[in-house]
Amino acid sequence: MINGIKKFSGPLVILLIYVTLFVTRADLATQSSQVAWDYLKEMILIIPPVFLLMGLIEAWIPKNKIQKWLGKESGFTGIIISFMLGTLPTGPLYVAFPMTATLIHKGASYTNIVVFLGAWGALKIPQLMVEIKFLGLAFTLLRFVLTLIVLVLMGKLMEKILTKKPAYQR
Amino acid sequence: MYMSVLRTSKSKSEIRKRMVTIITIYSLLAIGLIASFIKSREKTLKACKIAKNAFTKTAPSLLTVLGIVGLTLGILTADTISHLVGAEAGIGATLIAAVLGAITLIPSLVAFPLAGSLLRSGATVMTISTFVTSLVMVGIVTAPLEIKELGKKFAILRNGLGFLAAFLIALIMGALL
Repeated sequence: MINGIKKFSGPLVILLIYVTLFVTRADLATQSSQVAWDYLKEMILIIPPVFLLMGLIEAWIPKNKIQKWLGKESGFTGIIISFMLGTLPTGPLYVAFPMTATLIHKGASYTNIVVFLGAWGALKIPQLMVEIKFLGLAFTLLRFVLTLIVLVLMGKLMEKILTKKPAYQR
Repeated sequence: MYMSVLRTSKSKSEIRKRMVTIITIYSLLAIGLIASFIKSREKTLKACKIAKNAFTKTAPSLLTVLGIVGLTLGILTADTISHLVGAEAGIGATLIAAVLGAITLIPSLVAFPLAGSLLRSGATVMTISTFVTSLVMVGIVTAPLEIKELGKKFAILRNGLGFLAAFLIALIMGALL
């Protein structure tokens, strides 16, 4: 029981905020619940297949393959693979975190993980189309190139910091 | 004015984008499951079990993220954001844009039209690129999930560095465009 409460402490706090908001600002609370409901519908469609895919990767793809493609020694090829995997139209960022955990577990390097997550969030192909339409080609191209450079640098830096000590704890 | 633009562009293209996502994921899954099942029934069952366990472990964080997304988007609507960022130039607007971008999780089909209209109404390239970059690089809302899956240190580093990067990228873009 206590364990259950502890496990769901996050959602409980959120629920409390919603209740308070309903009492104080019913209009904002209604708007927020509407948004949350919309996102819940999306999550119900997207989350189960993503977790199943993760399970398949975990069960089938051997550790040494991931290490070879995305590990510390993968170098430039690893960065390209991470970048391409990230830009595929595969849904919102919250889907990427569980996937990334699987990849790290299988031996992917932090550099590649940061590029993968960054590309997922910032450089998705359908998203770029919208950006070109509303902010122009020059803006989009420049942001794309700069973001990609920054992501690689960020990844290298985080790799250095995180592998110094035994970092990744679950 | 832009609210109407946002609504129409959201309803149609957003649905299409979501369909592409869903079709991609489910096709990948179908191919994966069939191949896996043909090769080994046991391993497929094992994969399902792993999926189920991972899901139970992640469910609370997912619910938390869902709640926070609702709150931020419900309170910080596109209108509120454009009001806060405003059409001013200057460091103040850029800072506000960076913070708003970091907090919110706006679908790109809402964010880019919003950014475009702000740009046309007088906001600087630097402010707008700060907003866009921090929006796509930093996710305070999804942080509970990121911490749960990848560790506190990783999440803080990635989001912190991403936030700084937003300014750096914006400075260069402001100078060049």
